[in-house]
Amino acid sequence: MNEILQSFVAATALVSQADARLIHIILLSLQVSGAAVALAALIGMPVGAVLAIGRFPGRESLIVVANAFMGLPAVVVGLIVYLLLSRSGPLGVLGLLFTPTAMIIAQTLLITPLMAALTRQIVEDAWCEYAEQLRSLGAGWVDSAATLLWDTRFSLVTIVLAGFGRAVAEVGTVMIVGGNIDGVTRVMTTAIALETTRGDLPLALALGVILVALVLVLNAATYWIREAAQRRYG
Amino acid sequence: MGMTRRRLLAALAAGLCAARGAGARERFITVASTTSTEQSGLFGHLLPAFQKKTGIQVRVVALGTGQALDMARRGDADVVFVHDKAAEEKFVAEGYGLERQEVMYNDFVLVGPRDDPARARGKDIVEGLRRIRAAGAPFVSRGDKSGTHAAELRFWKVAGIDVAANRGTWYKDTGSGMGPALNTAASLNAYILADRGTWLSFKNRRDLDIVVEGDTRLLNQYGVMRVNPAKHPHVKQAEGQQFIDWLIGDDGQKAIADYRIGGQQSFFPNAQR
Amino acid sequence: MLPLVLEDLGFEAGGRSILQGISARVEAGTRTVILGHNGAGKSVLMRICHGLLAPTSGQVRWTGASGPVPPGRQAMVFQRPVMLRRSALANVLYALRLAKLPALERRRRAGEALEQVGLADLAHRPARVLSGGEQQRLALARAWALRPEVLFLDEPTASLDPSASREVEASIQAIHAGGTKIIMTTHNLGQARRLADEILFLYEGRLVEVAPVERFFSQPRSAEAAAFIQGELPWG
Repeated sequence: MNEILQSFVAATALVSQADARLIHIILLSLQVSGAAVALAALIGMPVGAVLAIGRFPGRESLIVVANAFMGLPAVVVGLIVYLLLSRSGPLGVLGLLFTPTAMIIAQTLLITPLMAALTRQIVEDAWCEYAEQLRSLGAGWVDSAATLLWDTRFSLVTIVLAGFGRAVAEVGTVMIVGGNIDGVTRVMTTAIALETTRGDLPLALALGVILVALVLVLNAATYWIREAAQRRYG
Repeated sequence: MGMTRRRLLAALAAGLCAARGAGARERFITVASTTSTEQSGLFGHLLPAFQKKTGIQVRVVALGTGQALDMARRGDADVVFVHDKAAEEKFVAEGYGLERQEVMYNDFVLVGPRDDPARARGKDIVEGLRRIRAAGAPFVSRGDKSGTHAAELRFWKVAGIDVAANRGTWYKDTGSGMGPALNTAASLNAYILADRGTWLSFKNRRDLDIVVEGDTRLLNQYGVMRVNPAKHPHVKQAEGQQFIDWLIGDDGQKAIADYRIGGQQSFFPNAQR
Repeated sequence: MLPLVLEDLGFEAGGRSILQGISARVEAGTRTVILGHNGAGKSVLMRICHGLLAPTSGQVRWTGASGPVPPGRQAMVFQRPVMLRRSALANVLYALRLAKLPALERRRRAGEALEQVGLADLAHRPARVLSGGEQQRLALARAWALRPEVLFLDEPTASLDPSASREVEASIQAIHAGGTKIIMTTHNLGQARRLADEILFLYEGRLVEVAPVERFFSQPRSAEAAAFIQGELPWG
């Protein structure tokens, strides 16, 4: 109990000092996971919408795959991306291993299935309501998918948050493909892991408190914006 | 919709560029090294001095010695800085490494409960391990093919004890780095072999204390070598060599000797030039 | 594209027969009302005519061409229209964009259509926060902006209060006066009297009677229609 209390004190101290290295770590975390979630949304949401309204062979298998891959272990994704980007791997010539770009790629792969699967659920529900109207207006499936994505945008925001939450909190992929290099690829979660291995548990927990606080603030802000927008647009 | 999408794309592009730009400006090398050097804080002490002198950034990926050597075998490092002489020599013999140089040493310590239930305390590591076995006292092993793990296995062999047969009883194979293994030992109140640097900087000790130290067999030698460009043409030879030359040169050796953890010298330079 | 010819239409769903043997000829110009109690099959018949459902037997023909997709323009207004999550104006523009009209023409027609149903002042209001009656009028505007030759309306006032119903009916009258063929369903006798030129009376999936509105109400030929008019059927 004493250690937990200690870590809250330490967290407050860390934040109030605005330590340059801490700020770099926080910004890198936000940047990597933010870029990954944006890419995953750009890929996963259209895929999810097509899975929701498309009628083509193999659709059901794809849905099962997307649902199953929602829980993909981060370490496995990290390992796969590591082997791809390693100098001995097929994409080794790019020299991307142990860079923030590699971390973005890995996290994008990690959360794209989550985006696709959750988007499909939301768009499919909306499709039940919209299908006749859109067909009556002569919308093809591409138009329908785009329209449904736009019209469910307030619900999709929640998915983006879920994806961001998973990305920013995971340690498996970023540790493996980033290498936790001080000042280059060290993010919140790998810093926490490092401090844990050094036995500095209060500092590790203090970093954890900051991470949770950030995610909490982001969620709260999004929640209020979403509420306001929903009231305005119905 | 168009506007929003364009704004999103712009933000995304900016994020990607910024993330890439973070390191692209600088000359850098990648060093595969061990958790013990990273976690003891030695690199945090050495690298700024080297970068200040040469302008070369050293990016350390800290793993167990076995993993670090594997990473270099794949071509993902320019320089290897580890502590398992047998494995390092094999790495060079296979043609992956060039010109292994000894840099420094520290020593291993046998850590255990302060009240020492197995009565292992003393200056003889092999006798200490035999007593732990005889008492059936819990012992935590790294089990991760690191330099420390390799050293521990050598000591058990000398003691004539087959630990593989005792896995899961008093002998706990955790497959983890030095820090996590120490955390485990602290909560189990178990014995563990650790490198002195990590032990000195380790904060979650609870009831653990040093039980055996000072045995000459506990010497822990660190070696450094370049990755062979014949195997991996992209390795940064010139910069890698600069780093090695600095480490084994006067400046590097002095910096190593100057490093203190809690007032104690933790690494002893011994490069042979 | 008119007349619309229905040839021996049948429809089954889940092993249950919804429509049987429906044959009729719907001419241009008039307002045709499909009348019947709830569950008589009116909405299904309308969806088949509009092309949203394919009949399980028989066929729909528009001036000789056969098949479920008719040539020429037609639009439909649903009992509970789906408003897109954007402004009233954008809802109309959306339909016109799908109809592949040039941008200027889209602007012009959307403005006109909103004017027509009396929603010009609310053009920039989010469609989903409009009242039920306003939404239904917006749905009319969205359909009418397409300049359909035929406009289908499925129980357009069933979920509205009387004053909103009157406004919607007025809009329908105005659209018809502009030359659009109206085909609508209702179970409301008063509305049928007010809006219809011709009645198609459906009873339990069969087309029981086709008659001009005056004659239908004064001298129904079938017992079912007579009972329906007198409100003797429990579901009247």
